[in-house]
Amino acid sequence: MSDVVIRAEKLGKKFQIGHHTARQENFREAMIRGPRNLLRSAVDLFKGRAVVAGDTIEEFWALRDVNFEIRSGEAVGIIGRNGAGKTTLLKILSRITEPTEGRVEITGRVASLLEVGTGFHPELSGRENIFLNGAILGMTRVEVRRRFDEIVDFSGVEKFIDTPVKRYSVGMYARLAFAVAAHLEAEILVIDEVLAVGDSEFQARCLDRMSKVANAGRTVLFVSHNLAAVMALTRRALVFGSGQLYFDGPIEAAVTHYAASLSKASDDRNWGRGRNATLTAATLLDEQGRPTDRYEPGEPLRLNVVIETDGMPGMSLELLLRDELNLPIAFYSSAVFNQVSLPSVAGRYECTLSLQPYYLAAGEYCFDLKTTYTNIDDDHRVDNALRFVVDNCSPGGIPYNFKQGTGQGTLAMRLEAPLRFAALPTPDPG
Amino acid sequence: MTVSAHNSPRHLVLEAGRADRQYWHDLWRYRELFFILAWRDVAVRYKQTVIGLAWAFIRPFMTMVVFTVVFGKIAKLPTEGTAPYAVMVFAGLLPWTLFASVLSDASTSIVGSSNLISKVYFPRLIVPLSTVLVALIDFLVSLAILAGLMLWYGVVPGWQILLLPVFVMLALLCSIGPALWAAAVLVKYRDFRFIIPFVTQIGLYISPVGFSGKIVPEQWSLLYSLNPMVGIIDGFRWCILGGESPIHGPGFALGMAITFILLWWGIRSFRRTERAFADLI
Repeated sequence: MSDVVIRAEKLGKKFQIGHHTARQENFREAMIRGPRNLLRSAVDLFKGRAVVAGDTIEEFWALRDVNFEIRSGEAVGIIGRNGAGKTTLLKILSRITEPTEGRVEITGRVASLLEVGTGFHPELSGRENIFLNGAILGMTRVEVRRRFDEIVDFSGVEKFIDTPVKRYSVGMYARLAFAVAAHLEAEILVIDEVLAVGDSEFQARCLDRMSKVANAGRTVLFVSHNLAAVMALTRRALVFGSGQLYFDGPIEAAVTHYAASLSKASDDRNWGRGRNATLTAATLLDEQGRPTDRYEPGEPLRLNVVIETDGMPGMSLELLLRDELNLPIAFYSSAVFNQVSLPSVAGRYECTLSLQPYYLAAGEYCFDLKTTYTNIDDDHRVDNALRFVVDNCSPGGIPYNFKQGTGQGTLAMRLEAPLRFAALPTPDPG
Repeated sequence: MTVSAHNSPRHLVLEAGRADRQYWHDLWRYRELFFILAWRDVAVRYKQTVIGLAWAFIRPFMTMVVFTVVFGKIAKLPTEGTAPYAVMVFAGLLPWTLFASVLSDASTSIVGSSNLISKVYFPRLIVPLSTVLVALIDFLVSLAILAGLMLWYGVVPGWQILLLPVFVMLALLCSIGPALWAAAVLVKYRDFRFIIPFVTQIGLYISPVGFSGKIVPEQWSLLYSLNPMVGIIDGFRWCILGGESPIHGPGFALGMAITFILLWWGIRSFRRTERAFADLI
């Protein structure tokens, strides 16, 4: 198969991480530990190995046994939670780091964008930085000069092109940086989370630019947490979780898999603690007050949340509802929307929230929960604390299922009064 | 699985421990980056300074004055032949400053550009080598001071001055080896950041910079030449002072042998650790 441009076989990348064992030790042990660690560092130095701080060394596979093929002209999304191995994969593909095992074959010039504005120097002007950044990304001076006007035009900073970039606003800086990267000439483009910059208008322009690149027959690998952007740009996706390739296939199915991997992770993970108010449990309740993971549109949305507080006054409980693409769709704050704070007497509390009925589209949802110092700062924040499913949404009572992911949003609008059409007099043609 | 025969020159295989055959080709392809990084360092250096480029003149000039006063006037050490002490000192200071600045700048350059190393691929040798170019530009500025100094004292160089570029090259080679090794090691062990300034400071006094190498007793001169900069500094003085200070043959050969061993060793250790830079930095 000659049109395969990237082929990964049994790819793996191992790191070593060190731990400081926190056990009790006596003076003698502490005295021995120092020289022993020094000796180990010296041996590592001699053998040319990396020195890892800590008392015990553990191996950690950031990526293991990954196999896939990517064909010329494909746009492929790479999704997964933080630490799933996405960035490690991109770093291997862009030759920044070497795999520990397995191999990758690549045909064609790879341009990788793990960050926008790599190597930008604050003291240099915009013009100078375009040439500097271009050279760092592998463009020749002739290439940069040829596309210079396009780059400046795309960035929209013509007026400040001879000003040092340290005087730029964050937005201008990001726009200029992305503009250089967007004009790279390469057969394979590897992009990591670069859309997280700039205002929404500029983000839309970046997306548009990238879809042009993808449609121009170039191969694009695209990592993002913004699932909507991934869906807009790609048809196929690789889903990663704890260093392994979970799923490789059409983007819609990949998103479902990703959501499943998220919920699995939320079940058995430790929620951690806040400083003053800690969330310890959250459940969705059905009509009879029993725990459930299903929500029937049109019913009140009932949540049960358990909080431990040390009595800090003025704390608020907040909810954020997200859809399958992890986009926020609704928000609730007890302090701001209801002027209700958490109890100011230390203790554990159970709280039942009964939210008004919504006609949520069929699909998966999750709640992020947090306790906050009202309007100031988060205290304890648990993303993906509670997930639930809407099986069927038919506000009209007819067998039509309004679903997420059809491009029509996540909320069915309901009428307050019957829909009426009043006949208007026909306009007089004369 | 065997690799299918691809005609494309850009077919690439990434594997653990694979000797990268494309490396030297890539180094050539990225030559513009080499110049641009050097240009960046020069362009940025004197921004937001009051006297700007004048610093490039003041530093070596003041060092020369101090050495001339301390070694020539106070310690009353002999100069070489009939050359003025100041010119003799400056002729030694030139190669030493070149060596010291390459060693200190190139060795910290990899750690200093960690943001580049961890985000973009390019042959890593470009980073330390671009600092060599910067040091060379400073060297040329100092050379202009030397010319002025020679005019002032009326020192006329002989035909030997034509060989000066050779010794400049040797001074560079002599510094690149240890610098590359130090750069590679520094990525892993930041301790070396404290060792390098120490080495350049001590080296300034144990190399014949402020004094003539001729004051070292004859029976020790071969041992003294184990320091490769001894032969190179002697060579500089030979070129500039018009052959008034002949080069010590066996010592010079020994110094050259050590220079090239260090160069080979430096490139080798740099190339071996280079692939792991992004993981270690």
